[in-house]
Amino acid sequence: MRDVTLQELNRYDEEARHVGRSSLLLVVGLLVGLGVLALALVFLADRNGASNLLADIYHALGNSSGAQELRQGQGDQFVAKTLMAVIAIIVGVGGIWLVYAGANTVIEALGAKWRTRLIPWLFIGPALFLLAIFLVWPLIRTIWSSLTLEGGFSANYGVIAEDRSMLTVLRNNLLWLVVATAGSVGIGLLIAGLVDRVKREALAKTFIFLPLAISLVGASVIWGFVYAWAPPGQPQYGLLNAIWTGLGQEPVAWVQANPPLNTIFLIVIMIWLQTGFAMVVLSAAIKGVSTEIIEAAQLDGASERQVFFRVIVPNITGSILVVTVTIAIAVMKIFDIVWVMTGGKWDTDVVANRMFIEMFMFFREGRASALAVLLFIAVIPIMVVNIRRIRRQGIGA
Amino acid sequence: MHRSRKWPVIAGTALATMALTFSSIGVIAQDEAVGGVPATPTGYVELDQALTETKDDGSPIFGGTNVSVQVQWNSAELDDFEATVAAFEEATGIDIDIQSIGRNHEILLRTAVLAGTPPDIAQIAQPAAMRQYAAEEALVDMTEWLDTERFRADFGTGAVGYVDGKLVGIPYKADIKSTVYYPKQAFEAAGYEVPTTWDELVALGEQIIADGNGSPWCISMEHGGVTGWVGTDWIEDVLLRTVPPETYWAWTAGELPFDSPEVRNAFDLVGQIWFAENSAYGGPTYINSTWVGQTMDPMFGEDGTATSPQCWMHKQALWYGPGFWPDFRANSATDPDYQTPYALGDVIDVFYFPPIDEAYGRPVLYAGDTFMVFDDRPEVRAVAQFFATPEGLQGWIQRKGVTSSNLNTPAEWYEGSFNTEKAAEIIGNSTGLMFDGGDIMPVPVGSGSFWTGMVDWTAAGGTNTDEVLASIDAAWPADEAE
Repeated sequence: MRDVTLQELNRYDEEARHVGRSSLLLVVGLLVGLGVLALALVFLADRNGASNLLADIYHALGNSSGAQELRQGQGDQFVAKTLMAVIAIIVGVGGIWLVYAGANTVIEALGAKWRTRLIPWLFIGPALFLLAIFLVWPLIRTIWSSLTLEGGFSANYGVIAEDRSMLTVLRNNLLWLVVATAGSVGIGLLIAGLVDRVKREALAKTFIFLPLAISLVGASVIWGFVYAWAPPGQPQYGLLNAIWTGLGQEPVAWVQANPPLNTIFLIVIMIWLQTGFAMVVLSAAIKGVSTEIIEAAQLDGASERQVFFRVIVPNITGSILVVTVTIAIAVMKIFDIVWVMTGGKWDTDVVANRMFIEMFMFFREGRASALAVLLFIAVIPIMVVNIRRIRRQGIGA
Repeated sequence: MHRSRKWPVIAGTALATMALTFSSIGVIAQDEAVGGVPATPTGYVELDQALTETKDDGSPIFGGTNVSVQVQWNSAELDDFEATVAAFEEATGIDIDIQSIGRNHEILLRTAVLAGTPPDIAQIAQPAAMRQYAAEEALVDMTEWLDTERFRADFGTGAVGYVDGKLVGIPYKADIKSTVYYPKQAFEAAGYEVPTTWDELVALGEQIIADGNGSPWCISMEHGGVTGWVGTDWIEDVLLRTVPPETYWAWTAGELPFDSPEVRNAFDLVGQIWFAENSAYGGPTYINSTWVGQTMDPMFGEDGTATSPQCWMHKQALWYGPGFWPDFRANSATDPDYQTPYALGDVIDVFYFPPIDEAYGRPVLYAGDTFMVFDDRPEVRAVAQFFATPEGLQGWIQRKGVTSSNLNTPAEWYEGSFNTEKAAEIIGNSTGLMFDGGDIMPVPVGSGSFWTGMVDWTAAGGTNTDEVLASIDAAWPADEAE
């Protein structure tokens, strides 16, 4: 923000005095508005509020049978619901406007010095408030739960250390982190480099990008059919086994046997989904590498491979890091694929899935919280790397 | 732990009593009945009000109210349930809002309860989860308005649903599990006899292998996140046949560990069938990787006619049936009226999983659904009371031949259905009904390590029994083990 000179501030104050009377009116108006808002919120909190309001309207218009029906939960419920939606939108949008306008008015009245200090907080405040409610408070509560519920720290964290199946869980998470991240970024980078030279680049990129539009659950269902297993001698409806047996091999239960290889087959789904994201970002970065440097390298006799690895890649390390961190965080908390494909059986369990099962199937909030905290701690280093990089680049400083 | 051990015994006895009420039934054609409502007075206050009292304008007193019921049932079972409550909705004007969830039902219910927005009523298959909700005081204690003389006569005082002296669950549907599907006509053609003892069962298996007729057993348990329950049914059924009932209940209560000679013996006996050479079709991979709905596909042979089976016996609960036959699965999607030619009782039949040691009689394993109530309003009471009457399941019984937990269900409703007549026959010949042990164990064991243990045990071809038994025991909640 540019520095505001004292002279300018004095001018603002003059203007403020000029509109002193109208701002008084504004304050009164705001108070009335907030009152209406409170009433509207009470109205919206009532399940049958809209039906009753419409019934009152019908009654006033002389349509008492329609009003009667509405009060019994029948009749023009659609109209009532629409009315409810309209009121909700007016209250929502109007409410936010009122909050900002109201707070702004108050701050404006405080004078120049406080105004410059407080106005930024006015605009960040609601965001911070929401984050505190929906992010910071749950975090504190989760840590607290993991330390106090069901035998406290020693029991909840002790299980993670002692339970042998937890070792498998942690191994799988590590596999996911390394293989899925490296696979997505590596293949994404490779494709981004190759596609740069393709004539119909946009078309090729579209196809590789498409899986990203599929939800994790949807992708898992699709891949469930790819990995499906039928006993030898029966028709192989699973794509992979159809090909595999076509080559004269025995069918393989890709995800229901051979741990930890089956986890790799689950990871393939994630790579299939995330490669498109890595490719798009890295492709854009490659296009940002100036052609002069590449041409200079080529004139110096560098081969295509040398140009790619010695010139292009070093120039886009920033983008590679961003993509890697983003995918790594998504992979650390992987849940959907495991839940849909195996439910964590056949030694494919991961931390997030175990956390979910402990919480919602086994009713053990303490252990689930401990796992959540574990996941949180594991993500911290990745976040630190990311934040440091942002600082170094001077973004947001 | 004492109480939790006691009630399933009594519930089992209650179901056995029920068997006597419909063990003498004739065969008449099944008609398309849609169920009804109980005659008043029903013995329940709010249900009588719902059915008889009216408002000023003459409409039913609870007309226009809404009661949400969250259930696991979807597709065909949802149709059955909807048809079952239709007459009640019509008669009372109460709108029963059925929330059909499917296999994530328990988890969604848990979330809703934690969020403080549970449905009014929910169905649950694991009484262990019901006990947990009761311990959290999430459930409405129905003692005052449901635990009447009528209820006790219908279900017996020890019915599933009493927790710490409070009535928190209404027993509904019951499923017999000690049954084995087999290709009746192919059996006759090959000269095989239905085994009535364990030795005959084992001998038949050996003979099928010796005859070069493929594998004796079709076994598989892949069912996504709940994979493993098929195996736990096997262990329970074998354990019941090798130990006295007290030992079985001690096991379900955590007093007898998995790592004990008794349970180990059950694993060994199951392992002999599951993992012996050629015994189970497709070996451990088939068991672990094939969806439960496809388990007996090889019984229909390569030509799909069930005349030359590749596996001959499939141990599965009585709810299994033609809906899972391969020809039905293949054709019903394009032809909704498709009827399979491989009828139950004719081409495919069911026999009772034979006893192992006559000293322990002829026990029958069963499981059942229970309704829990989360909100206490007059119309919710009326619906809950309706589910407690035989009419609460009547439509379903007459559509599909399911078995009610209500002892006073009229015998004639069960007539003409293969499943219920078979259930009546098996229960009638049994020495006692025993509730599914896994379903009453604490959830981390019964729906957790026991299932996972069966998967790991199968993956290793039964060679890691020590490890598996220890890992199942390890999941037992510290505060509940004794």
